[in-house]
Amino acid sequence: MLRQIEGSKAIAETVALCRPEVVCAYPISPQTHIIEAVGAMVKAGTLAPCEFINVESEFAAMSVAIGASATGARAYTATSSQGLLFMMEAVYNAAGLGLPIVMTLANRAIGAPINIWNDHSDAMAVRDSGWIQLFAESNQEASDLHVQAFRLAEELSVPVMVCVDGFILTHAVEGVDLLDQSYVDSFLPPYEPRQMLDTKAPVSIGAMVGPEAFEEVRYLAHLRQLDALELIPEIAREFFESTGRDSGGLVRPYRTDDAETVVVAMGSVLGTLKDAVDARRDLGELVGVLGVTSFRPFPSEAVRDALAHARQIVVIEKAFSIGAGGVLSTDIAIAIHHEQTLLRTVIAGLGGRAITRRSLEKVLDDASRDELAPLTFLDLDQGAVDRERARMQASRRSGPSAENLLRDRGTVSPKIPA
Amino acid sequence: MTSQRVHFYQVGSFAVGNRLLNEDERTVQAQSDRTNSIDSGHRACQGCGEALGARYALDAAMRATNGQIVAVNATGCLEVFSTPYPETSWRIPWLHSLFGNAPAVATGVAAALRAKGNKDVRVVAQAGDGGTVDIGFGCLSGMFERNDDVLFICYDNEGYMNTGVQRSAATPPAARTATTEAVGPEPGNNFGQGKDLPRIAMAHDIPYVATATVADLHDLERKVERAMELRGARYLHILVPCPLGWGSASDETIHIARLATESGLFPVFEAEHGVVTSVSHIRRPVPVEQYLSLQRRFAHLFGANPRPDVIAHLQSMADENIARYGLLQPEMEQSS
Repeated sequence: MLRQIEGSKAIAETVALCRPEVVCAYPISPQTHIIEAVGAMVKAGTLAPCEFINVESEFAAMSVAIGASATGARAYTATSSQGLLFMMEAVYNAAGLGLPIVMTLANRAIGAPINIWNDHSDAMAVRDSGWIQLFAESNQEASDLHVQAFRLAEELSVPVMVCVDGFILTHAVEGVDLLDQSYVDSFLPPYEPRQMLDTKAPVSIGAMVGPEAFEEVRYLAHLRQLDALELIPEIAREFFESTGRDSGGLVRPYRTDDAETVVVAMGSVLGTLKDAVDARRDLGELVGVLGVTSFRPFPSEAVRDALAHARQIVVIEKAFSIGAGGVLSTDIAIAIHHEQTLLRTVIAGLGGRAITRRSLEKVLDDASRDELAPLTFLDLDQGAVDRERARMQASRRSGPSAENLLRDRGTVSPKIPA
Repeated sequence: MTSQRVHFYQVGSFAVGNRLLNEDERTVQAQSDRTNSIDSGHRACQGCGEALGARYALDAAMRATNGQIVAVNATGCLEVFSTPYPETSWRIPWLHSLFGNAPAVATGVAAALRAKGNKDVRVVAQAGDGGTVDIGFGCLSGMFERNDDVLFICYDNEGYMNTGVQRSAATPPAARTATTEAVGPEPGNNFGQGKDLPRIAMAHDIPYVATATVADLHDLERKVERAMELRGARYLHILVPCPLGWGSASDETIHIARLATESGLFPVFEAEHGVVTSVSHIRRPVPVEQYLSLQRRFAHLFGANPRPDVIAHLQSMADENIARYGLLQPEMEQSS
C-alpha cells in the first residue's frame, strides 16, 4: 500500500511485519523515530508476541539481542554513530557467534567534535566485524531491505546491518509502498536456529577457541559472506519478481554500459548523482553511476564487471580513513586491479554537509577534463584550514581547532555552499 | 521451606555433615543424582572457591527448577576453566558472550523465553566480581531496574584472578594485588569508599538479594532455592576464596570463607524488596587477624614491619558490618 510516510516509520512498520520477538532499544539521534514507532506497536499490542526492552545503553541493546537470538528468537535493534561504537564489542560478538540479528544503522558522523548529522563513518568503523552491511538508496529500499535482511541473516546465520542515511532518509517523508503481512509471511519463513540454548539438548555456546582452530572459524565466516554474494541477488530477484520493486542486490549500475567515467557511491546520494549524470548524458558525455548496495560482503566481481569499460572511476565517499584516504575506494581498487584505470576519491558530505547537485557537477566537470586529483574533499574551505594551521603555528596554546574554525567562518549554523 | 534447627560446629574438622539430618533435609550436593551442572575434569586451580560455589549454586538451581536452567556466563575464570572448546564441563545450556554484558544477555534470554510463552525455563547469569561490580555494573543495574526475570550470581574472589590477580572494586583495603603491590608507605589496596554490591542491589528494591559463602552449603542452597521461588531480578553474592590470588593454602578455602563471616568482614544475610529479612549470626566471633593471617595478600600487615594501625582499620570495618546487620545478637534480628 503506497503511503506518504516518514522513512523511520516505514522501516518500523516493515520491521513489525517481520514479526520480531525481541526488540531492544536505546535512543540516539537519528535512530529514535524507528524504535519509538516499534515500541508503540508493541505497547499497543499490534505487534505481538514481542518483547520491547528499553535498555540502559547500546552495549546492552546488542547484548540483549545476542541473548534473545541465542534462545531462538528473532531479534532486532537500531542505532547510530556513537551508539554503534559503544556496542562495538557486542557487534563483533554477535557476528562471531553467528547470530542472525538485524539492526538498522541510521548513519551518522562520529565525534569528536560531536555531530549528529549524516555520514558513513559509523558503518565503516565496523566493516570488518563480520556483519553483512547493506546500504539503502531511498526510503522504499530502506523499508524493503529489512524484509530481505531477516531472510538473508537467518538463512546464513549472519547478522545484517541495514544502513540508512540519518535524517536524509530517516526523517524524510515521501511515498513508500509498504508490504502486507501475508506477503512478508510468505517471503520470510519462521526462524530456525542452527544453535540455541535448549534445556532438552544443552550446548555450550561462545567458549574459547585457540590458535589450533581460530583461523578456520574466521575463514568459515568469510565463506558465509561469500555465500551471501550468491544469496543477496537471489533474494532481490525473488523480491523483484513478486513485488516488481528493484530493491537490494549487490550493485546497481546506472547508464554504465558505455560509460567512460563511472561515479561510485553508496546510499541516498545516488539519487542526486543520477540527476547530475542525466544532465551530462544530455550533453553527450559518457558518464554513469554505480551504486554499491552490499558493502559487506564486497561484491568485487559485480563491481569489476560494471566498471570493466570505464577509463575513469570517481568514488564519492561519506567517510574516510584519516591518514590514508578512501575506504570504499580501497575496495574498488582491489576489485578492478588494472592500473590503466584512473581512480579518483572524493570525500563528501562529512558530518551532514549537503552534497549538492552543483558540487557534483563540478566534480564531473573536473573529471571530464582529467583534472580531478587522486583525493579531494568536496567543498572544502581551504582558506579556513590554512588560517587555522597558521594559528597553530603562531601559538602553542591555540585552543580547540573546532571552535577556531567556526569563529573563522563567522557563523554557528551549517551553510550549504552557494 | 521447612527448617530443622541443627547447629553445625564443624570448625576445623570434617566430622559433621548431612548424616545428622533427615534424608530430605540433606544438601543437593549430598544427593547421588545431583545434576553436576559443572562436571569434573575442568581446569580450576586446586581449592578453587569459585568452582565450588558455581557447582553448589547451579545444582541447587537445577533441583529447584526441575532441570530447567539456562546459564549465561561473563568472561573470567569460571568461563575459561570450564570450557575451552572442544571440551566443556557444562551439562546445562550455557552461553558466554562478553566480559561486561552477562546481565543484558540474560535479559535477552529471558525476553525470548517470555515471547515464546515458555514459563518453565529459568535464567541464571553468573560472573566474577570484576564482571559484576566493575565492567558489568551498568548492565547489571539496568537489569535490576527493569526487574528482568534473571538470577544473577556474583562469585566474589575479590579481584581479577583470571588475568593474574589485579585489583577490582571488590578488592578489600590493604590487600596486595598485581596492581596494588605491597610497597610504599601504604602497601596494598587503598582504603576507598568500597563498592558494596549487595547493598547497591537492595537499593534497586529488587525481589531478592542475598549473600553467601562456600563455607555454608546449606545456607547457600537454601538461598538459591528461595531465589528460584521468586520472579524478577534476583541477586546472589557468594564469597569464593581464591588460593592463587589470596595466597592461601588450597585446603583452607572453606576455612577462610568461614573466618570471613565469623570476623564480620563478610556479612551473610538476605533481603527482599530492599529489606533485610534474615542474617546469619556469628557463632564464634574471631578478630580479623585470624582471617588475614592465613592469606599472603595481607602478609605485609604482619611480620617484620607489622601494621597494627591497618589491621585496626580493617577491624573497624568488620565491627561496622556487625553493627549494621546485627550479626551478634540473635534476639535483635533487624529488618532494615
